Amino acid sequence: MLSLLWLIIALPLAGAAVLLLAGAPPLRRLGADKWGHYLGSATVGVSFLLAVGAFFALKDRSDRHYEDQLWSFIPVGDLQVDIGLLFDPLSAVFVLLITGVGFLIHVYSIGYMADDPGRRRFFGYLNLFVAAMLVLVLGNNFVSLYAGWEGVGLASYLLIAFWYDRPSAATAAKKAFIMNRVGDVGLAIAIFVLFAQLGTITYDGVFSNVDDLSSVTITVVALLLLLGACGKSGQFPLQAWLPDAMAGPTPVSALIHAATMVTAGVYLIARANPIFSASETAQLVVCIIGAITLMIGCIIGCAKDDMKQVLAYSTVSQIGYMFLAVGLGGPAYALGIAHLLAHGFFKAGLFLGAGSVMHGMKDQGDIRRFGGLAKYMPITAVTFGLGYLAIIGLPPLSGFFTKDPIIEHAFDRPGWTGWVFGGAALLGAGLTAFYMTRLMVLVFFGKKRWTDDIKHPHESPAVMWWPMVVLAVGSVSAGYLFYRGDALSDWLAPVLGEPHEAATHKIEPGVLTATVIGVVVVAALFAAALFWRGTALQEQPVRSPFVIAARRNLYADAFNEAVLEKPGLWLTRILVYFDSRGIDGMVNGLAATVGGTSSRLRRLQTGFVRSYALTMLFGAVAVVAALVAAGWR
Amino acid sequence: MLNTVTLAADIKAPSMNYEALAPMLIVFGAGCASVLVEAFAPRAARHIVQTVLTLVALIAGFVALLFVDRDGLKTAADAIAIDTTGLFLQGTILVLGLVSVLLIAERSLTPGGEFVAHAAVAPGSTDDKKLTASVYSQTEVFPLTLFAIAGMMLFVTANDLLVMFVALEVFSLPLYLLCGLARRRRLLSQEAALKYFLLGAFASAFFLYGVALMYGYAGAVDFASIHNAVQADRGDETLLLMGLAMLIIGLLFKAGLAPFHSWTPDVYQGAPTPVTAFMSACTKIAAFGGILRLLYVGFGELKDDWRPLLIGVAILTMLVGSILAVTQQDLKRLLAYSSIANAGFLLTGALAMNKEGVSSTLFYLVAYGFTTLGAFAVVMLVRDADGEATHLKRWAGLGRRSPIIAAVMTFFMLAFAGIPLTSGFTSKFAVFSAALAGDAVSPVIVGVIASMILAFPYLRLVVLMYVTEPGESGADVHVPGAFTSAALTLGVVATLLLGVAPQPLLDLAEQASQFVR
Repeated sequence: MLSLLWLIIALPLAGAAVLLLAGAPPLRRLGADKWGHYLGSATVGVSFLLAVGAFFALKDRSDRHYEDQLWSFIPVGDLQVDIGLLFDPLSAVFVLLITGVGFLIHVYSIGYMADDPGRRRFFGYLNLFVAAMLVLVLGNNFVSLYAGWEGVGLASYLLIAFWYDRPSAATAAKKAFIMNRVGDVGLAIAIFVLFAQLGTITYDGVFSNVDDLSSVTITVVALLLLLGACGKSGQFPLQAWLPDAMAGPTPVSALIHAATMVTAGVYLIARANPIFSASETAQLVVCIIGAITLMIGCIIGCAKDDMKQVLAYSTVSQIGYMFLAVGLGGPAYALGIAHLLAHGFFKAGLFLGAGSVMHGMKDQGDIRRFGGLAKYMPITAVTFGLGYLAIIGLPPLSGFFTKDPIIEHAFDRPGWTGWVFGGAALLGAGLTAFYMTRLMVLVFFGKKRWTDDIKHPHESPAVMWWPMVVLAVGSVSAGYLFYRGDALSDWLAPVLGEPHEAATHKIEPGVLTATVIGVVVVAALFAAALFWRGTALQEQPVRSPFVIAARRNLYADAFNEAVLEKPGLWLTRILVYFDSRGIDGMVNGLAATVGGTSSRLRRLQTGFVRSYALTMLFGAVAVVAALVAAGWR
Repeated sequence: MLNTVTLAADIKAPSMNYEALAPMLIVFGAGCASVLVEAFAPRAARHIVQTVLTLVALIAGFVALLFVDRDGLKTAADAIAIDTTGLFLQGTILVLGLVSVLLIAERSLTPGGEFVAHAAVAPGSTDDKKLTASVYSQTEVFPLTLFAIAGMMLFVTANDLLVMFVALEVFSLPLYLLCGLARRRRLLSQEAALKYFLLGAFASAFFLYGVALMYGYAGAVDFASIHNAVQADRGDETLLLMGLAMLIIGLLFKAGLAPFHSWTPDVYQGAPTPVTAFMSACTKIAAFGGILRLLYVGFGELKDDWRPLLIGVAILTMLVGSILAVTQQDLKRLLAYSSIANAGFLLTGALAMNKEGVSSTLFYLVAYGFTTLGAFAVVMLVRDADGEATHLKRWAGLGRRSPIIAAVMTFFMLAFAGIPLTSGFTSKFAVFSAALAGDAVSPVIVGVIASMILAFPYLRLVVLMYVTEPGESGADVHVPGAFTSAALTLGVVATLLLGVAPQPLLDLAEQASQFVR
């Protein structure tokens, strides 16, 4: 079964190739618009089955580690890059998540995109994304990871701009691509440094030789990797692209910008845990980034009125939790992965629910104009509700079993930093409960506040709601199944190290759990009380600078504009000036010189055989003279 | 009586290794048979009979080549050296010759094919007007081509200077004739043939004079004796160097290297395009086969003397070829200057004087041969009422009217420019790295600069085809017939394959870089 591992990647890749090529004029006859979505879903479905098979095969291996060298990719001097696959507990978890959730979202998209003329292209891009994401998590070296990293970046760009005739989508896609570039440069330089220092870029080679690196190098590499992770995962200070990315179709938001791609940063840090564990500074920075981001996400999430925007900021904040967890290190690595998995289920479910609501409400997303939809969309309401309960972390749903221990470990971090991180995580849990309750109540309960054009909202077709049901079941059970008896920590132990409990707790676990639940329930009830009777239909003027800041995304865009874009523009202008005056002048001058020489030399080519013969004679004299002169020397 | 016996004993027939000579003998024999076909076959049947005969002979020759012993041997009184390098070159000539014959035999583009019906009719006369419409063609092109190919095969395995000279003439004379056989623009074609003949004779005279001087120096004309004489340092060194200079001049002319290149553009432009293709692929192989053997086998000891000279020649050739290509308006002339520059690149590899030098030059010859054949095949397709439309202006907007042909031509241009994933990149990389390993840095630097300059004319054609608005005078693209399609396909596949997976051929060339002396 494990020898078929390459098929897991190859199937969606082939699907993408077929679906995208089928749009070429000579191949239109195949009529791929009619069956493309089935093919696209089937490739991912079969990949999922293969992944399940591979998972059980891996379970039977005592070392839980399988590597397969496929072929040599770049054999140049000392740089030996082989294309190889690594299937270990960590990649297994990701492969199952990507193909499983990916398959459900493919199926959902069959219904969601039914009326879109570009459905075949959409499924082609989705397949491309799945293939790239699988390359990212299945490679056994940093270059494979980088290739997949760029591949998912491309797929994300294509899918955000799927409706490229909408200026907002085109802009959002460019924004995502450019901000990711910043992070990608960090990742690339980290790989360069690793190769320069260690002469290898395989995980095996790098991680077994981390001790040879100086502590400064380790910290530098770790921070560069972190920069890459921040870009891809929408973490501070590179978080501004993720909410804009919601301009893409909702299934894309669910799959790429909630469940899988944006968690690649967490994967990177977990995968590179030997590097991060070797640098206290880097771990501290990861924690700080995670804590800041989770607060940013929560605060802005409270101020947003668009359903997908709220969910987007909640994604930012939940990934912040994951970063915080992997930054804490040790046993918390597994917690980060557990939260990632649980989040993959409930956030995908929430987004699909949002898509279902918008599908029934003529593509509106403003939660102030919803209300009372639970009666009209019961399945959506129930599945969305289960996802909601999971994200705010109420027992016995998955979010509780993953988020609560993260808060616990944050408090357990030695020194005063533990109080800061723990406090932020606890406050974040409260805020999450607040804004998610606001969303839930405004959309599904209370009075109707619909716009006039909506008469009969309807439940989505079966092909859309049953993936939501599956995801809802996952949201309920996932965290519990994985966390019970430390099953996931044990499973991941070969990669992330043996789990061991901290000997002492700052706060008694029982007390802390009760506190968390208490904060969550109070915040949720407060929000429910505040919004049960509805809300203003328009944005209200406020004086509080806090609210204004939250409405403006905490000035992240203004910050980017002032600090990066404006100086960047000036720099470009200066460079263009020098380029056109200095460099172009030189290049054009050179070209003119060559052209002029050419025109002048052409005149020697008279067409007269006598002048050719004369040239030959001169040449002959020169050759003889040169040789004889060389002999006399 | 006694005297006669002694004499008879002295003139012993040299032992011939027929197995090793079989490839050449097959092609020569087919050439003779082809002459008989001209004499006896009815006119209507000649073209098909000749085509089949020629193709079968070339394939048979290649098959026979596969069975030749590869240990390296000398035969025919040591006048012919069948070594791996020679076999590789012979095989390359046969394969690329075969592709050229496909183009020569093509008749679907214009009635009667690219060759004139009666070469003897004076251009411009009243009879001449009928010729254009005639469905016949001068099928002597086939025996001429066969003799040229056989002569080239002999040339690259010649182990003494006299045989080399004879072989040079055997393959040159048919080429002079072939150049004058164009169906359209006959005056231009005949002018090209005459120019080529006059200048070729001039160069041959240099070569022959070199042979004489060399005999004066070493008392023998075979490479082994010359090598021994040089090693023992006996005889007059001025004689030796003068002789070597003359020999080199003769070969530089055939290879189209500066300053003996001036015939190339005129001849390439005037000759029928299939013949131009044949010359740019196969003549180049033969000429460089001769240069390699002369330099490595005969005069390797003197490399300190001739290397500065040839480095200068290579630099001059690359610069002249690339700079003059920039302002060309006619596609065939452009390709001619490109072939001059490429000869410079080839010489850069050849003068490395190491094993990689030989193998990279061999590889380059194969790669360049396929690409240039393909490019000329595309030239044959773009036509108007007067035949091929070779002026660059006529190619404007071709990408819109025939995207596939434009794409194929673009691919060849990228290969010429040396873009990775095409054979052009691999082969340039190979010769440059060989030259660097052989401490010849200056031609490599100039080579890279020349490649950059050359990218301009190549890409200008691409821009013309895709970006420029087609003028009123746009030419039509004819649907290629089976032969041209086959040649084009081979050109594209080889150019791509040698760019993506060059290792097998590089390995083969590596094994083939073994001379016998």
